[in-house]
Amino acid sequence: MTGMPLARVRRAIEAVEDPELPQVTIGDLGIVRSVAVEGGVARVALTPTFTGCPAMGVIIEDVGTAIETLGLRPAIDTVLAPAWSPDWITADGRRKLLEAGIAPPVGSGGQDLDTLLSLPSPCPRCGSIRTRRLSEFGATACKAPHVCDACKEPFEGFKPL
Amino acid sequence: MSDLFVRYLLRQGDRALVLSQQLSAWVTHVHDLEEEMAVANISLDLIGQARTLYAYAGETEGSGRTEDDLAYWRPAEDFQNPLLVEQPNGDFAMTMVRQFLHDSWAALYWQAMTESVDDTLAALAGKAAKETAYHLRHAKSWVIRMGDGTEESHQRAQTALDHLWGYTDALFDSDDAEIAVVAKNIGIDPTNFRPAWLTGVAAVFAEATLHQPVAAQRRGGRDGLHQPGFDQLIEEMQSVARAHPGAQW
Repeated sequence: MTGMPLARVRRAIEAVEDPELPQVTIGDLGIVRSVAVEGGVARVALTPTFTGCPAMGVIIEDVGTAIETLGLRPAIDTVLAPAWSPDWITADGRRKLLEAGIAPPVGSGGQDLDTLLSLPSPCPRCGSIRTRRLSEFGATACKAPHVCDACKEPFEGFKPL
Repeated sequence: MSDLFVRYLLRQGDRALVLSQQLSAWVTHVHDLEEEMAVANISLDLIGQARTLYAYAGETEGSGRTEDDLAYWRPAEDFQNPLLVEQPNGDFAMTMVRQFLHDSWAALYWQAMTESVDDTLAALAGKAAKETAYHLRHAKSWVIRMGDGTEESHQRAQTALDHLWGYTDALFDSDDAEIAVVAKNIGIDPTNFRPAWLTGVAAVFAEATLHQPVAAQRRGGRDGLHQPGFDQLIEEMQSVARAHPGAQW
């Protein structure tokens, strides 16, 4: 099948869900680096959020399936440079995370780690900045558990790495 | 050059993988749930770094060996990790002091490697530098908490440091593999960041009320000579892959 509009292929790929964060798509997370279609092959470059992100295997399979559904053959590369940054999460992605009760990352990738970790994650439920990080590591490589001292609810927040 | 570069990549991969394997042995044995998550996450990041290094080593070698082949099908004597990371887990103090000494080194190493002229290594370094800086914060907080804690926690942290300090000089050793990659601006001479490493760890020891030991320095690891117990560590790590060759899950 030739002449498949690139935009349609890109949309299908970007719509693949993150298996560990099904509230958002890989397009929302900004890990789809590039998409090209040539001679029936859709070539995609993906950038993992963390080097050991265990979701990458499933994401690659799901992207492959999404491409095959369009009648194309997948060629998927993992690209590390430049390193993924939380800045790449789209505005839509940040909104969806908040709606799912997950605080989007604070600050920007250019700031040093101590500064980033001193910034409070606003509570996704009540919006208060009277929140604390309970631990530096959580249930997935990209998030850490927090608690809000205003509404007393626990929540997960994206690591600013 | 290619052989030396492969050896260099394997060494860095071995350092990350062996430490990862050691940490993962703590899972289900740590004193609280948060630390369970911490050791598992740090271990996972180290596996991610090792995978990238092994995959690149296999590609550079051109022999078709995959990251799994390099992790699971090399004999123990082919591993060239520094002896520091193969020191037994011991108690939690031993594990965290080991992690602190390693992460202090690795954070500076990856930061410097972001300047590598090799695109793959510079890219890996970009992410690994952030991950390692995060791990270092965690290990450092434990060293301070234990060192400046109770009499017992202080004693345990000091005992760990007294043992592990003798494996730190070797972190800054170079041989023909390092010299070759440094000459091409692919790698970095670790002695360049040794003063920064010493300043960093000394500041934490002071805050933790720990004494910086004077210890006889041990060499090995990078020449394939390991300490007793290393064979079993590697054997356990490789046992599933070897029991089910080619298995996929």
